[in-house]
Amino acid sequence: MSTTKTNMVAPPEGVVGEGFFATKLNDVVGLARANSLWPLPFATSCCGIEFMATMASHYDLARFGSERVSFSPRQADMLMVMGTISKKMAPILRQVYEQMSEPRWVIAVGACASSGGVFDTYSVLQGIDKVIPVDVYVPGCPPRPEQIVQGVMQLQELVRNESVRRRNSPEYKELLASYNL
Amino acid sequence: MALETALIQEKLSQNFGHNVLNFEMKRDIFTFEATPETIHEVIRFLKEQEELNFHFLTDLTGIHFPDNDDTHQFAVVYQMHNWIENVRVRVKTFLPDPAEVDTVTDLFLCANWMEREAWDFFGINFKGHPQLKRILNMEEMVSHPMRKEFPMEDSGRTDKDDRFFGRTPVNN
Repeated sequence: MSTTKTNMVAPPEGVVGEGFFATKLNDVVGLARANSLWPLPFATSCCGIEFMATMASHYDLARFGSERVSFSPRQADMLMVMGTISKKMAPILRQVYEQMSEPRWVIAVGACASSGGVFDTYSVLQGIDKVIPVDVYVPGCPPRPEQIVQGVMQLQELVRNESVRRRNSPEYKELLASYNL
Repeated sequence: MALETALIQEKLSQNFGHNVLNFEMKRDIFTFEATPETIHEVIRFLKEQEELNFHFLTDLTGIHFPDNDDTHQFAVVYQMHNWIENVRVRVKTFLPDPAEVDTVTDLFLCANWMEREAWDFFGINFKGHPQLKRILNMEEMVSHPMRKEFPMEDSGRTDKDDRFFGRTPVNN
């Protein structure tokens, strides 16, 4: 074990004894989810170019368990919206979000996805949180790959600490209802 | 022998008299106006008359002039090109509000989408267009956003603090 350079994820808090390890199911599920977030890139402009760099060898998002980029919403956990979303595009983004199965998370990458950016105009959606709930916002125009990685790590933190029951909670249902989802 | 602007003007004036007016050389392109009633025939004449031969419609767009008098509220601009002589011409027609003008889709198929765009952004109604509906904006939109009375900024914006944009209640 000592010869390998591989950094393994630390185990959650628990009780260790001779031949057993006891911990909370919540922590184990959180650990598993957080380290295998499959991203669905919804790239419409320059932030998408930065995401390409983020996925490529230099920044290598695969280190965080996001190796497998899913272009099918059914198998994705993390919707990454990168770029300007026009109002005409909004229903399509919503449909993609609806097609994702629970649990699902959303990162708004860049100023346009977060708030509309410089495009304060009739044709552009003023932030994707107008149509779908967002977990993490990454600022920047466009953000550097480090920032996108930081955003993914922030989301991992959220996922790791999320209760397995959260998606059944009345608060979560209320949140979805507020978006008419 | 290049196609002289004087010849274009002469031929048009002979055929359409006072319905074509304000001939001038503007930004290197020969420009004139035509009345809305004759614009379709003027375009047809420019396209089909053998010597003129403006067989290519480069662009068709709208302009809104809210400060003009009632009969000149909107303009439709046609840019035409004669590929053989490499001569361009710009034709304008001014319209009142609500704006209505004959379609030229029967002469140029490419005018189909351009007229839809002008309808989408300016609300100019092209009579006889086969499918006049929005082309770029979402279909639920009720306004025509390139009209000057349409606000520059989106009303749905929530993160802007007016203090940081030099805006006061007077000038925003």
